[in-house]
Amino acid sequence: MTRLVVVGHGPTAYRLIETLVDRGFDGRITVLGEEPRPAYDRVALTSYLTGKTAEDLTYPVPDGITLSLNARVTGIDREAGVVTTADGHAEPYDVLVLATGSSPFVPPVPGKDLDGCFVYRTIDDLDAIREASRGATAGIVIGGGLLGLEAADALRGLGLETHVVEMGGWLMPRQVDEGGGAVLRGHIEALGLGVHTGAGVKEIVAGPEGRVSGLVKPDGETIEAQVVVFSAGVRPRDELARSSGLAVGERGGIVVDDGMRTSDPAIYAIGECVLHDGMVYGLVGPCFTMAEVAADRILGGEGAFARADMSTKLKLLGVEVAQFGAMDGALDVTFMDPVTGVYQKLFVSDDARTLLGGICVGDATPYNSLKPFVGRELPGSPSELLFTGGPANMDLPDDAQVCSCNNVTKGQICSAIADKGLTDVAEIKSCTRAGTACGSCVPMLKQLLIKSGVEVSKALCEHFAYSRAELFDIVRVRGITTFSQLISEHGAGRGCDVCKPTVASILASLGNGHILDGEQAALQDTNDHFLANIQRNGTYSVVPRIPGGEITPDKLIVIGEVARDFGLYTKITGGQRIDLFGARVEQLPLIWKRLVDAGFESGHAYGKALRTVKSCVGSTWCRYGVQDSVGLAVALELRYRGLRSPHKLKSAVSGCARECAEARGKDFGIIATEQGWNLYVGGNGGFTPRHADLFASDLSTDELIRIIDRFLMFYIRTADRLQRTSVWLENQGLDYVKEVILEDSLGICAELEAQMERHVAGYADEWRAVLDDPDRLRRFVSFVNAPGTPDPSIAFEPEREQVKPVLIPLEPVRA
Amino acid sequence: MTVLSENLSAGLEETGWTRVCAYADLMPERGACALVDGHQVALFRTFDGGLYAIGNRDPFSGAYVLSRGIVGTRGNEPTVASPMHKEVFSLVTGVCLDDPAVSVPTYRIRVAAGTVEVSLA
Repeated sequence: MTRLVVVGHGPTAYRLIETLVDRGFDGRITVLGEEPRPAYDRVALTSYLTGKTAEDLTYPVPDGITLSLNARVTGIDREAGVVTTADGHAEPYDVLVLATGSSPFVPPVPGKDLDGCFVYRTIDDLDAIREASRGATAGIVIGGGLLGLEAADALRGLGLETHVVEMGGWLMPRQVDEGGGAVLRGHIEALGLGVHTGAGVKEIVAGPEGRVSGLVKPDGETIEAQVVVFSAGVRPRDELARSSGLAVGERGGIVVDDGMRTSDPAIYAIGECVLHDGMVYGLVGPCFTMAEVAADRILGGEGAFARADMSTKLKLLGVEVAQFGAMDGALDVTFMDPVTGVYQKLFVSDDARTLLGGICVGDATPYNSLKPFVGRELPGSPSELLFTGGPANMDLPDDAQVCSCNNVTKGQICSAIADKGLTDVAEIKSCTRAGTACGSCVPMLKQLLIKSGVEVSKALCEHFAYSRAELFDIVRVRGITTFSQLISEHGAGRGCDVCKPTVASILASLGNGHILDGEQAALQDTNDHFLANIQRNGTYSVVPRIPGGEITPDKLIVIGEVARDFGLYTKITGGQRIDLFGARVEQLPLIWKRLVDAGFESGHAYGKALRTVKSCVGSTWCRYGVQDSVGLAVALELRYRGLRSPHKLKSAVSGCARECAEARGKDFGIIATEQGWNLYVGGNGGFTPRHADLFASDLSTDELIRIIDRFLMFYIRTADRLQRTSVWLENQGLDYVKEVILEDSLGICAELEAQMERHVAGYADEWRAVLDDPDRLRRFVSFVNAPGTPDPSIAFEPEREQVKPVLIPLEPVRA
Repeated sequence: MTVLSENLSAGLEETGWTRVCAYADLMPERGACALVDGHQVALFRTFDGGLYAIGNRDPFSGAYVLSRGIVGTRGNEPTVASPMHKEVFSLVTGVCLDDPAVSVPTYRIRVAAGTVEVSLA
C-alpha cells in the first residue's frame, strides 16, 4: 500500500487530500500540519472577525486519513524515505507532498518585533490582533495590496482608526495602475482611513511599557497606533526543501515541473511554496489547480499545470476592483468619473482592435462584459465601449451561445431582431427557435430585446395587457374564480399556452380547489393536466414526494416494486427523490394507486410549485450537525407542499455551516447555527447560478416559518410569470424585500400569513383526488375511442439493464 | 375543419365516417386523441362548441402529443400549442403559425346524434 505523506495542512493540502479521497486513492494518507487546527478557509479569514467561528471556516477532515496537528516537519531523509518532526517523530513515505505554503514577509525595520506587531495569516494571528485591539484606538497596516486592504478592513471593523502605509506609489500596485490607485485611494479615504503611499517605514516606536505606540515615516511624520499589522507580501516556505537538497529558485520557491514534481521524483510540491515556470502563485485558484494536478499524477494520470490566469475581481472595503489580461499594451483608453469614483482602463493592440487587458476601480462591469474579449477583436472602439457602455449586447461575443438547446448564438438573435424588426420574445422564438426548448434563456432574450432598443411590453400575451403581478391583484381583489370571467372582463380572445397556465397558477395559489376541477382543467399544461412530467416520446414520469429525502426501507421497496411491475426507468433526482420514467397516460392512475396505498402522495414535480426541501442528515447522526435539519426539512416540505407559484420552488436545510444540503443554491435555504437558523433567499442553480442572500439570522423555528410564509406569498403575489426568486429578488432589491417582510413596511404581512395558513389548511393530495373521482379518471386514456389500447408509437429498448425510449425517426419538417 | 351538423339526416348514406366518442366526452378547450384506422387523430372542442380534428403527431418532436396541448386563439384563429416545445398550430388549417413551412394534416369531423365522427377521406 502506498504511503503518502503530506507536509502542511492548509487549503491547498486540503484540496489535494479531498481530490485523492474523492477519486478513490487506495494508499494510506498521513498529513503533518504545523498549526494547532485542521485546514481552514484562509480566503475567508477576515470573516473570523465578523462573526464566523474557527469551526465555520474549518474544512472537514476526510475519513480514513491520519492527521497530526502541531507537527512541524524539520527534516527529510530522502534516501531512507522518512520525514522527521520537531518532536522527534519519524514518518516513512513512498510519496511525499510538500504543501508548506508561505509566510508573511516582514520588512527589516527597527521595532518590527515589538509587542503589538502582528502578521495577518492564521486564526491565531487574528485572535492576537483582536486581543490587542481591545485597549487600542488606532492601528496601522503596512502594505497596501490586496491582503493589506483586507487587514485594514478588519482593523476598521474592530473599531480602530486605521492607516494604510504602502511603500509603492499607489494602492494595490499589482492589480491597478497609478490612475486606478488614485481613485481607489479616494474611496478608501472617504471611509475615514488614512492612506500613506510612497511611504517607507523608518521605525516602529514603543511607548513607556515597551508596547507599540506608533510608526515614524522617513520624512519624520509619526502616526500614533497601538497595533501594527505587516501585510507586505508573502515568501514561499521553502526552507525544508532547501535543507533537503531539493532545487529551489534564486528568489525562493520550490522548483516543480508541469506535473508538480520537484527535483526528487518521489516528492511533489504544491501551493504557495512552489516556483513553477518562474512564477510563485498567491491566489487560491491556481493553488487548487496545482493540488488537482498533483493528485492526478499520484493516481497515475497525466495532468499538467499551465501558467494560470491571474485575473482578479474583488470587493474590498465596499469598492469593486478588478484586473484582467495584460496590464500594459501598445495603446490604452481610460474612462474616469471622479464624481462616482469610477476608473476603467482598457489596453489594446496598436490598431486598437484587439483587447489585451483592463483595470477597473469602483465599477467592475467591464470585467464581466469585456473579459471574454481578451485576445479577440473588440465589438466597437475601446472608447465607445467604456464611455457609452458599449454597443447593444456587448456583454457577450456574437458567437456566444444563448440558447444551448437549439444552438442559437447571440449574433443570430440580434440580427434577427434588427433585420426582421422583432418586437417580442414570441417572435424571437418563432424566428430563431431560441428559447423554445427548455426556456431557460428567455430572460436573456428579453434582455437582448431591451438592449436592442425594443420596448418590451409588460403584457403577458396578446390576450392580457397586464403583467402577471397585475393579474394576480385583479384576481385577488375582485375575487375572480374562473378564467372565463377574467378574460371576458379583463382580456381578449380565448387565451393561449402563456396566459392559461399563468391564470391557472394564480387561481391555485389563491386556493380554488383541485387544479383539474371544472374549467380549470382546460387551463393546465400537459404536466399539470396529467399530474406527471411529459418526456420526449410522449410518456410521463412520476415523482412521489419524499419529504426531506427521508424514506423508510419499506417505502423504498414499494417504489422498486412499482417501477419493476410497470417497467419504468428509475433514476435518483438531484432533489433527493426518485423519478420513474416511461409511464403511458393510462398507466398513471394504476401507478399512483400503488404508491398512494403505500402512503405516498404527489411530489408536484410537474407543477410550478414547491418541489423538494433537501436536507443533510443533521445533528441526529452527524458529528458536526448543530440542529435537526431533516426534521425541519420534513416540516417545511409538508407545510408548503402543493403551493403553486410563478415558477418552481426549491429549498434545502443544512444542519451546520458545512452546508452539505447546498441550501444557498435554493429559492429559500436554511442553514443551522448554534442559536437557531439562518435563512437565505434567492439562490438558484440551473442556467444562471446565484448564491442565496442572507435574509435573517439566528431565528427560532417559529420565526423562521413566519418569515418564509411571508416571503413566499409576497413572491407569489408580485413575481412575473416563470420568474424564479433569484431574478425577482434582484429586480425588487434585497433591502426592499427585507423591509416588506421583516419590518412590514407595506402593512401586508398579516394578510400574507393568513393566505399561507389558508393554503396549508386547504392542502389535499392531487393524485388521491383523481383516484377518488371516476370523472377525472376517465381522462387518463391514450385513445378516447379505445380506452384499453396503448399508444402504438411508444416503444422501448434496453440500455444498462433498464429501458429507454425508441425514438421515432424525425424527417426534416421544414421546406 | 368544422361541420356542426346535429341535423344530419340519419338515413343519408355516407362512407368514411368513423364514430369516435360522445360529444359530451370532449371537454371544452381540451383535446382528446382517437385511433382511426391506425391513424392518431387529435380532436378538439373549442369554447364556442366548434370541433376540429388534426394529426396527433407533433412534427417538431415526432411524438404523438398534440391532443394534449393547450387550446387557445391567436387573433381569431383557434389554436393548439404543442405540449413539447410550444409551437402553435392552427386548428383550422393545421399550419404551424410559428413556422408556416410546417403543418399537420387536418381531418373532417362532425357530430351526428350526439356522437362525434371523424373522416380520414
